[in-house]
Amino acid sequence: MIRSHILICGGTGCTSSKSMEIAAALEKEIAAQGLADEVQVVRTGCFGLCALGPIMIVYPEGSFYNMVTLDDVPEIVSEHILKGRPVERLIYKPHSAAEEAEMKEAGIKHATSLSETPFYAKQKRVALKNCGVINPENIDEYIGVGGYQALGKVLTEMTPEEVIDVVSASGLRGRGGAGFPTGRKWSLARNIVKDADQKYVCCNADEGDPGAFMDRSVLEGDPHAVIEAMAIAGYAIGATQGYVYVRAEYPIAVHRLQIAINQAREYNLLGKDIFGTGFDFDIDIRLGAGAFVCGEETALMTSIEGHRGEPRPRPPFPAEKGLFQKPSVLNNVETYANIPQIILNGPEWFASMGTEKSKGTKVFALGGKITNTGLVEVPMGTTLRTIIEEIGGGIPNGKKFKAAQTGGPSGGCIPAEHLDVPIDYDNLIGIGSMMGSGGLIVMDEDNCMVDIAKFFLEFTVDESCGKCTPCRVGTKRLLELLTKITEGKGTMEDLENMEKLCYYIKENALCGLGQTAPNPVLSTLRYFRDEYIAHIKDKTCPAGVCKKLVRYEITDACKGCTKCARNCPVGAISGKIKELHVIDQDKCIKCGVCLDNCAFKAIVKK
Amino acid sequence: MKSLEELAAIREKMKQKVAIREGADDAVRIVVGMATCGISAGARPVLAAFVEGINDAGLSDKVMVTQTGCIGICQYEPVVEVFENGKDKVTYVKMTPEKAKEVIEKHIKGGKVIEEYTIGAVTK
Repeated sequence: MIRSHILICGGTGCTSSKSMEIAAALEKEIAAQGLADEVQVVRTGCFGLCALGPIMIVYPEGSFYNMVTLDDVPEIVSEHILKGRPVERLIYKPHSAAEEAEMKEAGIKHATSLSETPFYAKQKRVALKNCGVINPENIDEYIGVGGYQALGKVLTEMTPEEVIDVVSASGLRGRGGAGFPTGRKWSLARNIVKDADQKYVCCNADEGDPGAFMDRSVLEGDPHAVIEAMAIAGYAIGATQGYVYVRAEYPIAVHRLQIAINQAREYNLLGKDIFGTGFDFDIDIRLGAGAFVCGEETALMTSIEGHRGEPRPRPPFPAEKGLFQKPSVLNNVETYANIPQIILNGPEWFASMGTEKSKGTKVFALGGKITNTGLVEVPMGTTLRTIIEEIGGGIPNGKKFKAAQTGGPSGGCIPAEHLDVPIDYDNLIGIGSMMGSGGLIVMDEDNCMVDIAKFFLEFTVDESCGKCTPCRVGTKRLLELLTKITEGKGTMEDLENMEKLCYYIKENALCGLGQTAPNPVLSTLRYFRDEYIAHIKDKTCPAGVCKKLVRYEITDACKGCTKCARNCPVGAISGKIKELHVIDQDKCIKCGVCLDNCAFKAIVKK
Repeated sequence: MKSLEELAAIREKMKQKVAIREGADDAVRIVVGMATCGISAGARPVLAAFVEGINDAGLSDKVMVTQTGCIGICQYEPVVEVFENGKDKVTYVKMTPEKAKEVIEKHIKGGKVIEEYTIGAVTK
C-alpha cells in the first residue's frame, strides 16, 4: 500500500541539473530500506520554480525541497521517509526580506508546503494545473485528475456548434501571441468551407521566443491535456486528423508527447469510433528544425507539408485553405491546455477570471534579472509589479529595475512607469509591447537598452526566412544602424532614419515575423531615447555594456601588486612591481577581468 | 476503452491515488510517530494499517496519514495522534494494527474517540 508519493520534477530545467539521476537514486535507496511497497517516486512535469531546481515534493506532508543533490538522497530517505522528520536544511526558505515579511504576515513560519510559498500563493493555475502534479507518462494519472472527461462530455452530450459556443463564451484568446478569439477561429474553420472532404487540427508547439518555455513545460508536464483538446477541436470543426508541430530541440517534450499519443491510442481515446460515438480522430507529431519563422501559421503548415518553411500571403486564411489546402485550425499549446477545463467547468468559470477583453490566465516564463526564474501562471489583469516583485521575488543583488521585455523579438520593453498597468492583450499593445507567447525578461540598471534592441535584431536577422525584401534587407539595415550607434559612430540622422525604417518594415513585411521585428527598437526608442542619445552625442554607454564605448583605467590607488597584469588574457597591462600599472587601450578587449581581480579597487570602468 | 463507464472506473481507481498530492488544508490528519523508538515498538505495521484502512474506506481525499519523529513519550510507542480542525488533539498510545482499524471505524468514521486507547487512560 502506497502511503507516500515523492514527486520530482522531470522538466528540462531540473533534468539538466540531474533530477532523473536523483529519482533513480531515490528509488534505489527506498528499495534498500525495504520501503518500495510504501513509497512511490513520481517523475512529473515542471513545477515552475526553475531557479531552485532540482525540485522535489514529498506527500502527504507536502514538504517542498529545493536544490536537491544526489548526496542528499540517503538523508531524505532515512530521515524523512523512514522516520518522518523532514530535512529542514533543504526546505524552501524565503530569500528576500520582503518575502519573509509577507510570509510572516500570512502567519507562515516556515513554508513546508508548496502552496504556502509567495511564489505559488499569488498564482492561479489553469493551463499548468497538472504540471508538477501528475506523472505525464501515465495516462491513468491524467484520467485520475479528471482527464478525458471533457472529451467524453463533448462527444456524448454536445453538438459541435455547442462546443464552439462554449469556447466563444469563455472569451479564450490565442495564447501564442496575437490573441485571436479561439471560438471564432473554430467557427470559421467549421463554417467557411462547406463540404470539405478533409480538415485538420494543428498545434503550434514551435516555441521560438528567446527565454520562453511555457509550451515546452505543458507538453512535458501534461501532454494529454493537449491531445484531449485537439480531439475536442477536431470534433468541433469536423476534422479527423491532427498534427503537433514541435521543435526537435525539445527532446523530452517530443518523447512524452509520443508516449501520451500511444497511450491514448491504446485506450482508444484516439483512433476510430472514440467512446463508440462514431467520431474518428488521430494525431501525429511533426518535428520542426527550430526555424523561428515556422511559428508563423502559414510557414508552419508549409513546413508540415514537407516544404521549406516560408510564409505565404493571407488571405486565404488557414480556416479556408490551410494545411494541404484544406480548412485548418491552428492553436498554440497553452490555448489547448485551457480547453478541457473550460468544457468541464463551464465558460462562465473561465470568463470570471481576467479582464474585460482578456479572460482566463496567462503563463509567463520569467527570466533575466529576477530571483525566481521560472514559470508562473496568473489571472489576466495582474500587474507586472505583482509578477516581478511578489511572485518573482524581485531583482537580485539589490539592483534597480529598469525594464521588462515581453513578447520576445516581436514585443517591446516596458519601463518602470508602467509597472502597475494590468497585463492583458490590449493594455500591452497600448504601451508599445505585446503579450506574445509569454516570455518575460527582466532587466536591471546594468542592461543597456540599445544593446537589448540590438540583441533582438540580431535574432530576427538570423531568423528572417528571406522571402520578402522589407524583412530580409530591412532588418539587416536596422541592425547595421544599431551596431553603428553601439560603437559610438551613430548620428542623430541615423536615429531618424532608423525610426522611419522601422515603420516601413512594419507596414510592408509579408508575415508577423517582419511586421513585428522592429518592435524592440521602437519601444526602446519610445522609453529610453536618452540612452540612444547618450551613445550618439556623448559617446558613452550609460549602463557600461557596449564594449566600444567602455574604457578600463587604473587609478592612483594601484599598489603595483601585478595581479591584474598576470590575469589579463591579452597582456594589455604593463607596469613594474610596486609601481602604477597602465592599460594599453589598443590591446584591451574590455573583458573586465582586471576589475574583478583588483584587491584595491584601483581599476575603474568609464 | 469503449465507454464513458470505463473511463469513470479508471478515474475512480486513480482518484484515491492522486488525492494524496492535494494539500490537506481542512482534512483530518493522522500522525504516526516513526522515530527509532516508534519503529522498534511496531509503528510500521500501524502506519500501514492506517494507510490501507483509510484507503479502503474511500477517505483518502479527506484524511491524511503521515508520520512524524519522536513525540517524547517513548514508553508509550507506537503513538498515533489525530488532528481534526476545531477539536482537541487525540493521542492514542501503544497502538497495534487491530487498534488502528478500530480507530478508523469508531473515531474517524463514527466521530467517537476511543478513550481507553488514549494517553489519558494509560497514565491515569
